[in-house]
Amino acid sequence: MNRSIVLATALTVAWSMPVAAQTKDANAEFEKFRAEMEESNPAELFELKGEELWKAKRGPKNISLAESCDLGQGVGKVEGAYVRAPRYFADADAVMDIERRIVWCMTEKQGFKFEDIAKKPFQGANDNNAPDITNLVTYVASGSKNMKFDMPLHDAKVRDAFETGKAMAAYRAGPYDFSCNTCHGADGKRIRMQNLPNLSTPEGALRGVLGWPGYRMTGGVMLTSQWRMNDCFRQQRFPEPKYASQAVTNLIAYMTGNANGQMYKGPGIKR
Amino acid sequence: MKNYIATISGAAAVAVLLAGCAGGPSRSEAEYRQMALDTIKRDFQTKGQAKYERLTADEVQQACNAHANNPPPELAAKLAGAQLATVKLPADGKYLGDWKEGEKIAQSGRGFTWSDKATDPAGGNCYNCHQVGPNESSFGTVGPSLLGYGKTRGNSPEMQKYTYSKIYNAKAFNLCSEMPRFGHAGALNETQIKHLVALLLDPASPVNK
Repeated sequence: MNRSIVLATALTVAWSMPVAAQTKDANAEFEKFRAEMEESNPAELFELKGEELWKAKRGPKNISLAESCDLGQGVGKVEGAYVRAPRYFADADAVMDIERRIVWCMTEKQGFKFEDIAKKPFQGANDNNAPDITNLVTYVASGSKNMKFDMPLHDAKVRDAFETGKAMAAYRAGPYDFSCNTCHGADGKRIRMQNLPNLSTPEGALRGVLGWPGYRMTGGVMLTSQWRMNDCFRQQRFPEPKYASQAVTNLIAYMTGNANGQMYKGPGIKR
Repeated sequence: MKNYIATISGAAAVAVLLAGCAGGPSRSEAEYRQMALDTIKRDFQTKGQAKYERLTADEVQQACNAHANNPPPELAAKLAGAQLATVKLPADGKYLGDWKEGEKIAQSGRGFTWSDKATDPAGGNCYNCHQVGPNESSFGTVGPSLLGYGKTRGNSPEMQKYTYSKIYNAKAFNLCSEMPRFGHAGALNETQIKHLVALLLDPASPVNK
């Protein structure tokens, strides 16, 4: 069946139920549908584009990432890189998540300007195409499909990023006094119908990192963990975290560290 | 005695070694809090109406941040008292507005994000976190259910004043409450809060049916 018809049918089923017909049923319906969709996840299209970009000679220095970029597993090696990040990169003297690391490679190795990448790092609802960086992240993430999260938390610098991220998640400020933990610090909470993972637990943290990068059916866009963090702060009524900054890496490290040892299923699909 | 000391230092060495291997946190919680704050101040920027200045915690937020939302009772009481003093009660002494308007305000989750227009009125965000009326099944659970709020508490002038004040500044009653200070923050004005008080307390409101 045509994918968009499947989508439309499932959404109609999920949303045409009487309002009183329980949140749980709607969520279960959606989860079932999402599991079916994952069999033929549109994220694969972005993976393919990302692979082309990874292997192509690009940028002012006309070099490919495949022959210049070390994601922590050796130059050009993609397998397992996503589940073993954030990690410390000595050449950059920084702990980086995968997206931040690829941006670093694009600027340092290929000669792209950071400002040009950061100008529009996420796919908007009206954009036909995802930015190159999103495709690249999706490709790299696909190289960790069905591997366990194994962020090197024993590394003191990674541990610092994790602990700083944990403290950031507890920081309350802004007009509504919100922190990340206001919504994500306890079990069994919801905003409206949306279930909120408790990021301090292994199960909750896994839900925080699983399925990213993900194809979002609302708007039909491909989005990364960097985007997810950005949009959380929007809803938290905070100012914006700078793209590919240490702040975002720390939060991703906090979640990934708590999810360590559990299976990553690869690029996912989101509501 | 010598053996005892040797055992202790040996155990300490093992502990240090283990800590090194396990890669536990190498700094205190206070140090990480400071590093978190430094990172936030360096890595965030103004976007739309969400100005950089929002990152600075006020004295209530600071106390809650420094004590994991559980400040010493004396400090909490002092700061909560100061918050209560910020509550501007209605000049006309009336607290009950129109519950139907209150329901609309309770439904709206708009306001204060960088994608909201600063000139648009903010919503009450009530259903985001609370069950309120019986006809809305899409409600959050971050806060307690408010269904039957007035039925169980009555509609006395004291209860009206308390409910108004609680919405105006929740921190006056529980310093590190997760609930925003809607009046204090300038999110909801006097009229809007009165409508919400009516939604919760008016015997005619569906909340109390």
